[in-house]
Amino acid sequence: MARITVETVDHVAKLAHLSLTDEERETFARQLQDILAYAEVIQALDTAAVEPMSHAGSLSPLRDDGPAPGLGRDEALGAAPDPADGLFRVPRIIGG
Amino acid sequence: MSGAWRLSAGEIARLVARRELSAAEVTRSHLDRISAVEPRVDAFLQLLPDRALERALRLDAALAAGDPAPPLCGVPVAVKDVMDIQGAATTCGSRILEGYEPPFTATAVARLEAAGAIVLGKTNMDEFAMGSSTENSAYKPTRNPWDLRRVPGGSSGGSAAAVAARMVPLALGSDTGGSIRQPAALCGVVGLKPTYGRVSRYGLVAFASSLDQIGTLSRSVADAALVCSQIFGRDPKDATSAAVDVPDLLASLEGGVSGLRVGVPWGFLEQGVESGVLSSFREGLGVLESCGARLIEVALPHSPQAIATYYLVATAEASSNLARYDGVRYGRRKGGSGELRRMYGETRDQGFGPEVKRRIILGTFVLSSGYYDAYYLRAQKVRTLIRKDFEDAFTVCDVVAMPTTPTPAFRFGEKTADPLQMYLADIFTVPANLAGIPGLSLPCGPVGGLPTGLQLLGRPFDEATLLAAGHAFEQATSHHEAEPPL
Repeated sequence: MARITVETVDHVAKLAHLSLTDEERETFARQLQDILAYAEVIQALDTAAVEPMSHAGSLSPLRDDGPAPGLGRDEALGAAPDPADGLFRVPRIIGG
Repeated sequence: MSGAWRLSAGEIARLVARRELSAAEVTRSHLDRISAVEPRVDAFLQLLPDRALERALRLDAALAAGDPAPPLCGVPVAVKDVMDIQGAATTCGSRILEGYEPPFTATAVARLEAAGAIVLGKTNMDEFAMGSSTENSAYKPTRNPWDLRRVPGGSSGGSAAAVAARMVPLALGSDTGGSIRQPAALCGVVGLKPTYGRVSRYGLVAFASSLDQIGTLSRSVADAALVCSQIFGRDPKDATSAAVDVPDLLASLEGGVSGLRVGVPWGFLEQGVESGVLSSFREGLGVLESCGARLIEVALPHSPQAIATYYLVATAEASSNLARYDGVRYGRRKGGSGELRRMYGETRDQGFGPEVKRRIILGTFVLSSGYYDAYYLRAQKVRTLIRKDFEDAFTVCDVVAMPTTPTPAFRFGEKTADPLQMYLADIFTVPANLAGIPGLSLPCGPVGGLPTGLQLLGRPFDEATLLAAGHAFEQATSHHEAEPPL
């Protein structure tokens, strides 16, 4: 079974773009260990010949691949924290 | 205060259609009721009294001018704050969406309003629908109208409490692992989670996309059928909504249970049901039997693995869905003066509460390199086995019955310290989401003054049989009429 350390949590938090406090890192490491220990119940089953199921829907037809009106630019930008010149503005990405 | 707040949705629609009662009177009566009890219950995150009254007056004027009465004519409804209404904020119980005003209205809400329903407000919920007690709301806890020291369940706790407390006859909720049925059971109301794909999710904030489904909370099965007649069915705006015909749900209410084969998975119930809840459940089965149903034992051998399967699948999907909250396109931004990655991290750290972070971390972990096969892929395979169990059961029975929850409503703080204990409270509701089948929770005999739920699960797209069985159950019992002592 996977062993969850504070380092594991740090690695995953980085992947998920979460900045955690020291207390959160330690609590999550302990709790995730408990949850994964519980989840071991599924490891005992023989699933070699079983197909994975990603969803329960199969009766949803695809639409025709034609153009259709969507959300206008002003509406799409309406809830943005920092819109500028018809665009989403973000802090600098590299350099500086 | 006029007594309209005690009426069922069906009665309100009839009386307003006949113009024996005005939609404005009905709206005011419910708003008065909300003023009287909401300070103790805290079911709502936002009330929309002006919008509601304006729409009610417009409906009254249309009826006076001779327009035909729509099916939900003047019926007040509450909407879980996970669904969008243009012109009103959507918080999803989270700080990260504080102040967010969506540019569209969810199809389910739009259909209700087109049918004459009046939205009174948006209800409290666990943040991003992650929780079983509504204690994870970033704004406030909602209290159970039956005992204000106890939780209403979750994550649709605000919707369930609002319906139980007679603030609205109907509410919309969403159910990813039991979030309609569990609070319905704990608050003593009817909760229906339809088949996966039955109700459009356009305008529903996504949690776990292979499991999420919009459904109803009401005080009777007939009212559930009334509202489902309006919201069921294909929507071109949601590619996952199913193109399956909707039968006449109101007509099928009278189908009865004569000869209905009710499968009971006694082996699965050994997972642990509090003795009082088990007695109520047996009593409920007795009622169905006395109405002409036949009880048989069925096996759901993989359902004991449902909690583990669910929490691996749902968190994986959540970690992906919640990646969109990055402080760029909507919602709150923090650390905007720094560099981009720092802004992402600060926005998400300050915007998400502990349960959401825990699930993002778990979900990201089970999808990460080296663990994907052992956890996520394996859980998807066990999901196949869980669904197969139901397919097998439905070859010998028409519905499967089990308690909705293993215990009645618990106290605030009782399960917050140990997330796993909270997750285990969902043991009897998550299998239906994994299998994609419909589930109905009915008010069943109380235990120590607290409601319990009898859950009926059906074949995919066969909500009609569940509603017929639930209606027959209600004709033979009075649990659904019990009013909390507020």
